[in-house]
Parts: sequence; structure tokens; C-alpha cells
Amino acid sequence: MLLEVKGLEAHYGAAQALFGVNLTVNEGEMVAMLGRNGMGKSTTISSICQMVTPTKGTIEFRGQSLNRMSSHKAARLGLGLVPEGRRCFPNLSVLENLTAAARKGEWTLDRVYDLFPRLKERKNQSANTLSGGEQQMLAISRALMTNPKLLILDEATEGLAPVVRGEIWQAIAKLKKEGLSILIVDKTLKELLPLADQAVILEKGESVWAGRPDTLTEEMKDRYLGL
Amino acid sequence: MMAALIFEQILNGLQFGLTLFLMAAGLTLVFGVMGLINLAHGSLYMIGAFCCAWITQQTGSFWLGLGGGVLGAAAAGALIEMLVIRRLYDRDHLDQVLATFALILIFSEGTRMVFGSMPLYLNIPEALSGTVALPGVEAYPVYRLFIILAALAVAVLLYMLISKTRLGMRIRAGESDREMIAALGVDIKTLYTIVFALGAAIAGLSGTLVGALRSVQVGMGEPVLILAFVVIVIGGIGSIKGA
Repeated sequence: MLLEVKGLEAHYGAAQALFGVNLTVNEGEMVAMLGRNGMGKSTTISSICQMVTPTKGTIEFRGQSLNRMSSHKAARLGLGLVPEGRRCFPNLSVLENLTAAARKGEWTLDRVYDLFPRLKERKNQSANTLSGGEQQMLAISRALMTNPKLLILDEATEGLAPVVRGEIWQAIAKLKKEGLSILIVDKTLKELLPLADQAVILEKGESVWAGRPDTLTEEMKDRYLGL
Repeated sequence: MMAALIFEQILNGLQFGLTLFLMAAGLTLVFGVMGLINLAHGSLYMIGAFCCAWITQQTGSFWLGLGGGVLGAAAAGALIEMLVIRRLYDRDHLDQVLATFALILIFSEGTRMVFGSMPLYLNIPEALSGTVALPGVEAYPVYRLFIILAALAVAVLLYMLISKTRLGMRIRAGESDREMIAALGVDIKTLYTIVFALGAAIAGLSGTLVGALRSVQVGMGEPVLILAFVVIVIGGIGSIKGA
């Protein structure tokens, strides 16, 4: 087991955001985290990456407990975060964004440029001159350059034009095929569910269902995801 | 004769401006990267000068003193970052001003206790104590030229460090999104200690350089600090180019 989250609870100040999230990701698996807005998907991700300190529960990654670990140490164990809203460093060039936090491994500049040729064309441009889709490619590549064992994608296709979305989904499918373990949050079930091996549904800060995505019924989609 | 006087004054102005630059660069580096207003920067300037004066007196070598001044200020900077400043990043500027003002008092009194309130004098090393003839000026002190060159060298090195190295990239990345750079596995705490120590080292260097022109005494840092603040406000806070 690569990642195991058990009974996770978290607070923002006095307000409790997570009330017990359970989730596992196995080696080489792609796990989709589903749920409506504000149900705790991003908070769960922030807790795994130790950007939010969980108040209860355990997070185990590659056999090590992440509890109370600082976020850079957790990342160094092999968490590669592609955060919601991309968060590229706007004052750095594309190349600098890719190399600033890079760690040695099989992912190199060349491989990243292979995956997203557009980044190569724009490598000397400042990151804030990129389009939304290019910034998303940059955020994914930046995480890959740290050579993660688990890639965490939070809303990687949100707010992008259909063509660019297609490109991003293609890249994600390619990463999965290469055997990278992925934890993904996304609202477009049509593309997400066929790719995912497992799905977890969050409601009001709790995981309420987990299973194979093809066993997800229309009734459940309607109830939990508002589709 | 008039032209010579003006030329000499321009050089003096340049030398003064560049020492101010050294101070302002350290201040603005710390402010830009960490969002911290550090009033104790003047104290680090003083610590650099005192370390240099003391080591020079003990060993008789200005160069050892210069290195000691820079290292001493950097060490003091790293120490106060870890003990005090680290707790201030999330506070508002008023708390930072209050705490770093307290550091000024602590350092000033501490230095007075150790060295007494008599100013120390630092002699300019022999190699730099002469004068040179420059076009229009018959005799210009070599040491002042040395300060100009040293400050320019620091400016170039600092620019290279920030814009070309990986450390510089991380510093700039931390400037725009601290949480994100940590989530990518960069130890932001250590990075900040390094940046702070670097700022302190530059302050120490300018204290040391100026210390040999004037006297080394308690409270020497504050007037310079105020001028340096003026520089960074005019130059744009957080911008090294501005400084």
C-alpha cells in the first residue's frame, strides 16, 4: 500500500472541515476523489501534504507516518502536488519553475518537454505570461520534476478550454500507463471514471463510499455529486 | 580646481551611496523574501564593525577582521533568525517592528557591556591607506575606492546569486508562494535562515568597511538604518534593483 489515510479530521481555526476521511492508494493505482464543492477534497489533499495539520487520524505513506511531519519532508518522501489553481511561481521563468525544486530521478527536463512540447517552446518565458492550460502543464511538470512516487492532481482541468483539457487528460492517461500512482480530484467524471481504478466519495468532510468506479450507480452520482 | 572638487565629491557620493546600497540590499532582501521589517539590521551592521575592530586589534590583520566581521554578522543573523525572527513571519508588521526594536536595545546594551561606550578605532590596512592620483584629483584615498569596488562586487554577486543560481530561484519562488515551494520539498525554514544570514553578512560587510572610515561605536547602525529605509522605500520595497 502506497498511501493509507485513516479517520482523518482537520480544522480551519475553530471550524471543523474533515470529520473522518478514509482512503487508500495502492502502488500504480489511480484513485479518484469525488464529491461536490466544499465537501473536503482539497482539505484532504492539504492534510496529506501537511499544509494543513490534521487534528486526528493517521496518514501513512510508503510505510511512514506523515503525522506532524513538516510539508517539505513529506514532499521529499515522494508526494508530488499539483495544487488547485496551479500556483506556478509567476516571477520565475518556465525553466526556473521546473528546476527550482527538481530532484534527481527518471523525470528529467527532456521527458517533461516530451510530455508537453509547448513548455519547451516557452521555456524562457515568465510563467505569468502563459495561458491557463500552459500553466496547468507547467504545474504538472513541476511536480513530475520532483520525481514523486504519488502524483496528486487537484482540479487539473478546471476552467480550461476543451482542446487543452483533452491534452491534459491525454498526458494524465500516459502517466497512468507508465505506472505512476495518482490521486486525482476532478469534476469531469466522463474522462475521469474510465481512467480511475478506485473512487472515493466525500460528503460533508467524511468518506461515504469507496469502490470501483464502474460500480458507481446513477442514483449515487445524483445523490453525492449532484449530477 | 572646481572640477576636481566636484569630481571628488561625486566619488565620495558614490562611495556613500554604495555603502547605503549594501545596507539597503540586505534589508530589502529580507523584506522582499520574508515580508519582515528588520529594524535590527543596523545592529548587525554594528556587530560586523565590532567583530572586525576586535579581531583586527587581536591579530593586527585588517583582512582577518574583515572576514571575521562578515562571518560574525552572518552568525549573529542566523542565530537571531532561529531564536526570534522565525516566530515573527506570521505576525503583522507592528509586532515585527516591536520585536526587532527590542533586539536593537539588547544588542546596543550588550555591546556596551562587552566593549564599553568608548568608540573603537579601526585602522585602514597599509595596502589601502595611500592615495592615488585620479584625473582631476591629485590624491584620492585608495580605501574609498576599495569600498566602491567592494560594494560593486557585492552588487554583482548578489545579482548573480538571485537570478542565476538554484538557491536564488528558490528564494524568488518563496517570495511568491511560500507554501507551494515547501510542498515541492524545499526546506523553507533553512532557506530563510540562509537568506537572513546573507542579509546580515552584507550588513556586517558594510559596517566593517565604514567602520574603518569612522569610529566603531554603539549606536552607529541606527542613522544608517534610517537612510537605508529611505533608499528601499524610494527604490521600491523588496526590489534589489531598486536599492
